[in-house]
Amino acid sequence: MTDAPAIELRGISKSFGPVLANRDISMSVARGTIHGIVGENGAGKSTLMSILYGFYKADAGEIFINGTATAIPDSQAAIRAGIGMVHQHFKLVENFTVVENVILGAENGAMLRPSIARARKLLAELSEEYGLKVDPDAVIEDLSVGHQQRVEILKQLYRHADILILDEPTGVLTPAEADQLFRILERLRAEGKTILLITHKLREIMEITDTVSVMRRGEMTNTVRTADTSPAELAEMMVGRKVLLQVDKTPATPGEVVLKVSDLRVRRGGVERLKGVSLEIRRGEILGIAGVAGNGQTELLEVLGGMITASGGAVSLFGSGLDITRSAANGQSRRAMGIGHVPEDRQTEGLIMGFEAWENVAFGYHHDPKYNVGPLMDHAAIKADCVDKMARYDVRPPNPRLPARSFSGGNQQKIVVAREMDRAPDLLLVGQPTRGVDIGAIEFIHRQIIALRDQGKAILLISVELDEIMGLSDRIAVMFDGRIMGERLPDQTDQHELGLLMAGVTEGAA
Amino acid sequence: MEFLTILQILDSTVRLATPLLLACLAGLYSERAGVFDIGLEGKMLVAAFFAAAIAYTSGSVWVGLLAGVAASMVLAVLHGIASITFRGNQLISGVAINFLAAGLAVVIAQTWFAQGGRTPQLPSDARFGNIVLPGAESTIRGIAQQGPLGQVYSELISGHSILVYLALAMVPLTWWVLYRTRFGLRLRAVGENPAAVDTAGISVVGLRFAAVMIAGVLCGIAGAYLSTALSAGFVKDMSAGRGFIALAALIFAKWRPWYALSACLLFGFFDAVGNRYQNIQLGEFVVPVQFMQALPYILVVIVLAGLVGKAIPPRAGGEPYVKER
Repeated sequence: MTDAPAIELRGISKSFGPVLANRDISMSVARGTIHGIVGENGAGKSTLMSILYGFYKADAGEIFINGTATAIPDSQAAIRAGIGMVHQHFKLVENFTVVENVILGAENGAMLRPSIARARKLLAELSEEYGLKVDPDAVIEDLSVGHQQRVEILKQLYRHADILILDEPTGVLTPAEADQLFRILERLRAEGKTILLITHKLREIMEITDTVSVMRRGEMTNTVRTADTSPAELAEMMVGRKVLLQVDKTPATPGEVVLKVSDLRVRRGGVERLKGVSLEIRRGEILGIAGVAGNGQTELLEVLGGMITASGGAVSLFGSGLDITRSAANGQSRRAMGIGHVPEDRQTEGLIMGFEAWENVAFGYHHDPKYNVGPLMDHAAIKADCVDKMARYDVRPPNPRLPARSFSGGNQQKIVVAREMDRAPDLLLVGQPTRGVDIGAIEFIHRQIIALRDQGKAILLISVELDEIMGLSDRIAVMFDGRIMGERLPDQTDQHELGLLMAGVTEGAA
Repeated sequence: MEFLTILQILDSTVRLATPLLLACLAGLYSERAGVFDIGLEGKMLVAAFFAAAIAYTSGSVWVGLLAGVAASMVLAVLHGIASITFRGNQLISGVAINFLAAGLAVVIAQTWFAQGGRTPQLPSDARFGNIVLPGAESTIRGIAQQGPLGQVYSELISGHSILVYLALAMVPLTWWVLYRTRFGLRLRAVGENPAAVDTAGISVVGLRFAAVMIAGVLCGIAGAYLSTALSAGFVKDMSAGRGFIALAALIFAKWRPWYALSACLLFGFFDAVGNRYQNIQLGEFVVPVQFMQALPYILVVIVLAGLVGKAIPPRAGGEPYVKER
């Protein structure tokens, strides 16, 4: 029995109406291994895992757990079969304590106290065994995201899960938290647990998995040993064509100064978030701002974009001063001056999720004469413009009548990018352009940013992804605690040096 | 003010708070499970009518109570089907139930009894009588002759119908169910994050239906109390907005059982004061009766606007649960 694979899927198919989400999928995962599943958004990874966890019923196919054919009609059956799932968005009751969340649905007996007492003891043992330290009486909403994820894992272990499915577990984690998670997963593997890791970050696959399966358009195209493959090869299998993980670009030819920021200060919530930032960006160059999230990058982007006001300092655009203190400064007037802004959070700032794509395409530019007929909006013109942008920016599906929330993350971002870049603004502010976006779309968005630079525009890029900063920027400034720690040229620095600057450590002169 | 007068006001506070408390706890179960219920009013009204009508025809108040509860539960099932099974808007479903109840009770009353949409006056054996606890006086004269402690016992503690004691007992019981049982844990969880309950392999629909049915039972008892204990028979619109005041009390209580008791007693007290002092003379000026009758409602608004502070409703309240892909 011990030789039987922990999980074996044979010929799993599932369709939602006319859409075939999973087509004839077969897969086998050996016990005590970490198996990665990669694929672009919408490739069918989540559907497959939902079938394994009993959220959906497959139209055809069989599931074998430890060599035994097992029917999984609902989550209860999956739990009985020893399968536990850590969802991308945690399924925790936020105002419950850790121990209450852990026992929910797995209480023993109708009374709570004995259940809680027992769970507290078991939790202590489990934390010890797997290095998952969490205070059992802490309330979930007070915990960091990384700790909440541990609670999810503990919840599964408490239910005696031998097979753990993790859906995009690092999407919400900081790099340090992700590292801790990987240590925990290694520990679990050493204890004989089987782990299925769904992700689209190839670096994680290479770092932690033993074997990896690639899904594309509902099919499982390849399964390989991680040691025998490379990120470039995996990316090609995912997208179905060669993908450039490294952005191709020519050296910059900087021209006149577009944006000059001197001694910029911003207070928010009584705390000084920007403590005198000075920088300049010239035509035809990309200035990348690296830094751990929350060190003032957001405020820098927002004050330049007209969303918040500054408490001190000066900003000039082509040598003439920009109003950064008056509350009348807003995104719309900034856009009229030729400052495009791709905000950090597309779902709350970039788009109105319930509005249709064509409406979203006009926001911020809705006073543009070409969108208006007299006092009325020209819906037909906006829709035509949207169709045109969708075609040129490869937004899928190219349907202007679909609400923004119906698009995948990558396509949502392409809508924002199309709106902000298509007018070729003299200065483009870009925050986290590829957060939660799949590989094909990342490549596309990066190419657009480079193309804009080559047209002689100035670009301010803010990203927490160091790879992205290093790949795109012509100059890199590192922010820490509201200040610029230093500037480097991408070909004269490395992740280690930038990492130190990001942590506020300065060694030697620039 | 005489001590006995204060006691009488407090006594009437308890009587008037009872239907509020029952309805408030009904709302508490439902809303803690994530189903908003503005149909408390309608359920009480229907229960009040059927309890009075069946008590009158059968001659048994207990049969009347059962009928009232059953009628209230029928509306609760309707609310459940509309808002849980078919994921409709909970507020609209509640409004519909209120309209349905207000119309239905009067129309049926007219058809059955032809007394202008009311039921006949109930004879005393078809009503809930007042229970005189052992050692308590029951006559006004007897009470007046007692010492202060005896007066508290006889006037305030003794001499209520069994439903008053039942309502009071529901408070610790509800607290216990909510915080000490598995059912309570799951109930609170489903009102906060149904997805967590669903992934734990528990039926969201089942839990929410259970909560809505419990609300139906409690509203039924509240309605029966109105027509067979507080008064003797059903009249049009006799719930008089109590279902909404109970909702206000629920918010004031921040969805907690003991706080609910305090809130309902407070609102009951306003009611009792308004009832007792119908004609207040301030020098030459006589406060209109209408103002005194409106006073409890005005005070409710003031309390809600001024004293509540931050009341955070159950997070999934009002949201039908749809399994995400």
